[in-house]
Amino acid sequence: MTSSLSIKNLRVSVEDKLILKDLSLEVKVGEIHAIMGPNGSGKSTMAYALAGHPKYEVEGGEVWMDGVNLLELAPDERARMGLFLAFQYPNAIPGISMANFLRTALNSVKGEANGDRKKGIPIVEFRKLLTAKMDLLGIDKSFARRYLNEGFSGGEKKRAEVLQMALLEPKFAILDETDSGLDIDALRVVSEGVNSLTGPERGFIIITHYQRILNYIKPDFVHVMYDGQIIESGGLDLAERLEEKGYDYLAKEKETG
Amino acid sequence: MAQTFDVNLDEYKYGFNVPENYAFKARKGLDEDIVKEISWMKKEPEWMTEFRLRGYRHFLERPMPQWGGRGQLNTINFDEIYYYIKPTDSDRAFTSWDDVPEDIKNTFDRLGIPEAEQKFLAGVGAQYESEVIYHSILEDLENKGVLFLDMDAALREHPDIVKEYFSMVVPPEDNKFAALNTAVWSGGSFIYVPPGVHVDLPLQAYFRINAQNMGQFERTLIIVDEGAYVHYVEGCTAPTYSTDSLHSAVVEIIVKEGGRCRYSTIQNWSHNVYNLVTKRAQAYKNATMEWVDGNLGSKLTMKYPSVYLMEEGAHGEVLSIAFAGKGQQQDAGGKIIHVAPNTSSIITSKSISKGGGRTTYRGLIKVAPGAVNSKSNVVCDALILDEDSASDTFPYIEIEEDEVSIGHEASVSKVSEEQLFYLMSRGISEDQAANMIVSGFIEPIVKELPMEYALEMNRLIEMEMEGSVG
Repeated sequence: MTSSLSIKNLRVSVEDKLILKDLSLEVKVGEIHAIMGPNGSGKSTMAYALAGHPKYEVEGGEVWMDGVNLLELAPDERARMGLFLAFQYPNAIPGISMANFLRTALNSVKGEANGDRKKGIPIVEFRKLLTAKMDLLGIDKSFARRYLNEGFSGGEKKRAEVLQMALLEPKFAILDETDSGLDIDALRVVSEGVNSLTGPERGFIIITHYQRILNYIKPDFVHVMYDGQIIESGGLDLAERLEEKGYDYLAKEKETG
Repeated sequence: MAQTFDVNLDEYKYGFNVPENYAFKARKGLDEDIVKEISWMKKEPEWMTEFRLRGYRHFLERPMPQWGGRGQLNTINFDEIYYYIKPTDSDRAFTSWDDVPEDIKNTFDRLGIPEAEQKFLAGVGAQYESEVIYHSILEDLENKGVLFLDMDAALREHPDIVKEYFSMVVPPEDNKFAALNTAVWSGGSFIYVPPGVHVDLPLQAYFRINAQNMGQFERTLIIVDEGAYVHYVEGCTAPTYSTDSLHSAVVEIIVKEGGRCRYSTIQNWSHNVYNLVTKRAQAYKNATMEWVDGNLGSKLTMKYPSVYLMEEGAHGEVLSIAFAGKGQQQDAGGKIIHVAPNTSSIITSKSISKGGGRTTYRGLIKVAPGAVNSKSNVVCDALILDEDSASDTFPYIEIEEDEVSIGHEASVSKVSEEQLFYLMSRGISEDQAANMIVSGFIEPIVKELPMEYALEMNRLIEMEMEGSVG
């Protein structure tokens, strides 16, 4: 059976305000789904709720991944199942080096599968792996010694998120506006990194406000989110139509039928 | 091994005790007779006996300080304390572990002291109750004229040096607990490093309390001569008892022209020990004094390592880490007194409180008239792990000179839900995530420790953190 991430009628509130009203989406491994929508439509809420942020209250619905209801799991358990969220605004953790953090994360996620979570990956092997992934993403070696996200520029933070994804090799990855705040060069590098990770064993949800990242990453499906629901789904042409006419036009078109 | 274990220990793994087979144990409580008896047993010169009595009288007269410890100092029952315990018949510290009585040797084995001595130390002193029972120094250092002895031996063998410097930095009347220490001091380290001698490996002293209701009052004096360097490390632990013990040390350090002294402490007393210590150094021309002060254990610690910058170009540093868990108060910080021009100082304090623990940063930067171009920077950060815990900051600054540069920054933060979530979203468990945030928080100070101690510090914090979240 192909692996899938299946969201059914998900309702989520933040601080008692209902944001996701009725969200359903099915993503299979090997597929790339783009979710577009205006600010405040609930895109990031979906990302956080799927990853299990405690502030996001699930009011109803289900999320299934390989026969497990994700909503019953803690955030770290979801990650160990193979779910990954690339943050729009990753947190800084002063005093913890990237390398230390990445190795801890890798041991947490992969160790269990290897049945050797305690010992973890040997340091020499880890360094080789990390260097390979950093080369792939054009990241400077000194990056590994810096404190996690501390003093990182916007572009560095996004690259660090993609690096984490490259190491952890999740089954399903959600990219929350990974394109925001990037100049064209950074956008190209980050997109190439993402593209190098696509394949039949992995599914992607790419959340974006703008159409421009879709010049680099070609989605199989495009969905439009508006007011906490997906109001339209289609192919790449839908993104082009949005670019032309705007979200409000599409929403009105929906209302008037 | 004839060892009994306190079953109520949770994470504190040094809380064991061994039976008392002591050569001498003074009766409980304190009076002039006990002070004289200690001095008589140690066959001290008369001036020291007088000095002790002077300390004792001041201890009686001096009111209990009311500015720290939130009233807890008033609950110490001085009549319930044993002020002097001599563990063995020997009047001298042994120089071979084979001569140390088995119970005591086993204790230090369990604390890893002989092992550390073999691996990375230039000399070791091990104090058990009131006396230093073991002492060693590398022959090569001895040949260079480095003195590293216990304080009682120093008084016997080098009475003139001791008389010259003893109490020069901390007078008996300095504070109530320095007075008490002067009255009943026993053990501690004496170090003299001759001009230009660089002691590459650390010298370490370890202080162990074993008996219930024990009072330990070691006295340490370090003299670093011109252009010399030494790193001294002290560790301390005690069994967990339901009644209180008292540790009240005095440490005096003199760093002469161009010399450098680093003094690192990993204080890990059991949670029934009052730890009330006076530590002070004088740094002369172009000399550097650094205190690295880690406080994890004890019921109440009040300790503010100080540096007096006596002459031009002197530099003082205090790096302080405090961790207060359930039922603990860490009232710690540092004091720097700029007496001379062109002197500089840094105080960096990091405190962590959890499970109802309370940390206090208390510090003083003082610039005396005439100490022009003094520079000082103070950074104190507190991390609070839960709603039950708290942290206070009392940064005193007294500037009596215009041409100075003084910086002060303070922050209080909580382990944020966002940081925890971020780490957990990478598969890291909640406990481990909180651990990482804490070890990152103290990293700037831990990295200043020699590797062995940095590992030890991280391990101790990890143990304190167990089950702290969720």
